[in-house]
Amino acid sequence: MDSCNCIEPQWPPDDLLMKYQYISDFFIALAYFSIPLELIYFVKKSAVFPYRWVLVQFGAFIVLCGATHLINLWTFTMHSRTVAMVMTTAKVFTAVVSCVTALMLVHIIPDLLSVKTRELFLKNKAAELDREMGLIRTQEETGRHVRMLTHEIRSTLDRHTILKTTLVELGRTLALEECALWMPTRTGLELQLSYTLHQQNPVGYTVPIHHPMINQVFSSSHVVKISPNCPVARIRPAGKYMPGEVVAVRVPLLHLSNFQINDWPELSTKRYALMVLMLPSDSARQWHVHELELVEVVADQVAVALSHAAILEESMRARDLLMEQNVALDLARREAETAIRARNDFLAVMNHEMRTPMHAIIALSSLLQETELTPEQRLMVETILKSSNLLATLINDVLDLSRLEDGSLQLDLGTFNLYAVFREVLNLIKPIASVKKLHVSLNMAPELPEYAIGDEKRLMQTILNVVGNAVKFSKDGSILISAFVAKAELLRDSRTPEFFPVPGDNHFYLRVQVKDSGIGVSPQDIPKLFTKFAQTQSTAIRNSGGSGLGLAICKRFVNLMEGHIWIESEGLGKGCTAIFMVKLGIPERLNESKLAFMPKVPPNLGPAAFPGLKVLVMDENGVSRMVTKGLLVHLGCDVTMVSSSEECLRVVSHEHKVVFMDVCVSGMDGYEIAIRIQEKFTKRHERPIIVALTGNTDKVTKEKLMRVGMGGLILKPVSLDKMRSVLSDLLEHRVLFEAV
Amino acid sequence: MEVVQIQRRLVDYTKSLFMEGFLDGQFLQLQQLQDESNPDFVVEVVSLFFDDSEKLLNELTIALDQPNVDFKKVDGHVHQLKGSSSSIGAQRVKNACIAFRSFCEGQNIEGCLACLQQVKQEYYLVKNKLETLFRLEQQIVASGGSIPMIEMGF
Repeated sequence: MDSCNCIEPQWPPDDLLMKYQYISDFFIALAYFSIPLELIYFVKKSAVFPYRWVLVQFGAFIVLCGATHLINLWTFTMHSRTVAMVMTTAKVFTAVVSCVTALMLVHIIPDLLSVKTRELFLKNKAAELDREMGLIRTQEETGRHVRMLTHEIRSTLDRHTILKTTLVELGRTLALEECALWMPTRTGLELQLSYTLHQQNPVGYTVPIHHPMINQVFSSSHVVKISPNCPVARIRPAGKYMPGEVVAVRVPLLHLSNFQINDWPELSTKRYALMVLMLPSDSARQWHVHELELVEVVADQVAVALSHAAILEESMRARDLLMEQNVALDLARREAETAIRARNDFLAVMNHEMRTPMHAIIALSSLLQETELTPEQRLMVETILKSSNLLATLINDVLDLSRLEDGSLQLDLGTFNLYAVFREVLNLIKPIASVKKLHVSLNMAPELPEYAIGDEKRLMQTILNVVGNAVKFSKDGSILISAFVAKAELLRDSRTPEFFPVPGDNHFYLRVQVKDSGIGVSPQDIPKLFTKFAQTQSTAIRNSGGSGLGLAICKRFVNLMEGHIWIESEGLGKGCTAIFMVKLGIPERLNESKLAFMPKVPPNLGPAAFPGLKVLVMDENGVSRMVTKGLLVHLGCDVTMVSSSEECLRVVSHEHKVVFMDVCVSGMDGYEIAIRIQEKFTKRHERPIIVALTGNTDKVTKEKLMRVGMGGLILKPVSLDKMRSVLSDLLEHRVLFEAV
Repeated sequence: MEVVQIQRRLVDYTKSLFMEGFLDGQFLQLQQLQDESNPDFVVEVVSLFFDDSEKLLNELTIALDQPNVDFKKVDGHVHQLKGSSSSIGAQRVKNACIAFRSFCEGQNIEGCLACLQQVKQEYYLVKNKLETLFRLEQQIVASGGSIPMIEMGF
């Protein structure tokens, strides 16, 4: 050949093999050049690729390889030495880069592999987290369901609704085929199908309670899987294939009595209901743990809700019962009130009817007394008057007895002559006793005080009653009345253990014994004696005409006087002794007593004892007004007279030191005027002392006067001495209270 | 007549009035109130009493004559009369009034009428007596004597 620096290829270029090599080389080169391009493109696109340097290397390597193959194309034909040089250079470079890359790859590939491992690991982790998330979500959903169920269940206090709602909601949440509730019957020996999901009113299926499977469920507080063949589960038509799984759970039925204040009810009630839940048949569903948990929670909630409903029912029942009782009590009370009112009306009417003739007797007897009478006639009239007064008192006391029982009777305390009372009784009883030829003797102990404080009228009534009884029930013989001061050692009588009288400084116990020799009383009748209207057989035979009230009234009076009364008798025909003890007060020093016939020694003052004292006299009655004025003028006062309350209020001024006011005038309320006068003068020292003149000294008037703030009370008619002492008392003390 | 005789007659007469119950202690009180500053006190009071009572008795007669007797009003009048009579010491009038009041309480018309008669009777009696008494006193004063004080041993 010519002398070109060409290198001959080894093989002729027209060989088929050469041709194929040529094409392959071309494509290899193409591929080798495009791969880096692709790499670069994609790496540029991706954000994450940590091995750029490796990529460059690799790129270089590939490019060089490509270049090599490309240059190889020229070596198929005659090619110059330059081409061979280039080819060689390229190959050399390629070799270098390849070796370096190979070396690099040794380091890099493990890394890359580990990335893969990590990726796998992360994927696993992700899957695990996913699983857990799924679980949590399921739990949350379960929780939500439970809350919703609970809300539904607890939103009502009606038992039926609670149970029905439970079943419905459970059925919905868990997509159950059937859900049923079996309640224990009254006897406790069977379970009765009470509620189901699909059947509206289940006909009474019952199942004996002592089935082993049921016992198993009842003994565990968890949900228990039971066989679908269990009698409680056989309540739906059989499916084509396998019946779904069935679980059962117990629902404790708590009673009201289980709830202690401090601890949660013990589940020792042993009364359970059974809730049976069935998954749909012909499905492959299984009970999941979270579903079972849900069912347990729901069962508990139902138990609580049921117990609430039970409590509510109980309390409603109790309330209804109470209301009924209230109504009944109200009715009874009204009836009692009507009865009392009827009795009081009756008493009042009878009282009135009895009083009217009494008034006639008393009035006419007193008129009779005023006429010309012989001494015997006068004595007779006086006795009639005294007896009728006593009778009037008795009639009053019939009314009083009902008041005694109400507790509204009060003693009229006053100072009186004790001896006089007994003498009076004796005088009253002597005529009757002498007719019956009974000898009456009175024995008064010398240490009895002459005066005592107590209710004279009622004491006399008591003594008279007791003595009268003695006389009544004695045909002959004698009656001995003895009165003495009860001594301390005698006070504790064995027969009256509950009575402990204690004498003191200003009171003593009067003991009166009335012994008769009459028909006596049998011991078993003694307790009855003091009951109202009860008469022993002996008295009924005698037909004494007594009402049987006497001793009852006496007992009440004696009790009011803080005493005790009893009767002793040794039996029929042996007479009896009536004994009573009452507490009486001892009057204080004589010069302070309120005895009418022991007047205070008037101070030695001349007639003009109160010179210039300005007083105001108010009295509707002209005559008594003038008399009062005369009295006061005589005592030296400067008197202004008024005849009406308006005038009084107009005229009264701070110069008037005392206002004498007649308060028993009809139509004018003296008390009101007193209040108005006091209102008019706010400063105490400017206010006049208000004294009431009245003919009435009963307790009610006195209390009224005290309440209104009156300075005192004078009983009309007023004597000169009385007025004098009243004025001196008033001016000295600014208050009097009563001058009789 | 001699002053002394009239005086003795006065004393006896007054004593008899007390004995027979026409007057009581209150009248004596009235007499005690009479003094130089108040020489005609008793006469004045008694005259007032007479006027008052006549009026009251008339009212009572009218009131009890009504077809429907207002017992409250009647009782009110009797109360007044009782007050007046007790203020001057007309004992029998006062007692009659007391009896009258109980008939009023009992709303007994016949009783009230009977009592009214009684009260009137008593009133006229005591009026008569007192007028006689005052005439005797005037006679004594006209003859230049002084009215003797009555000492009653009550």
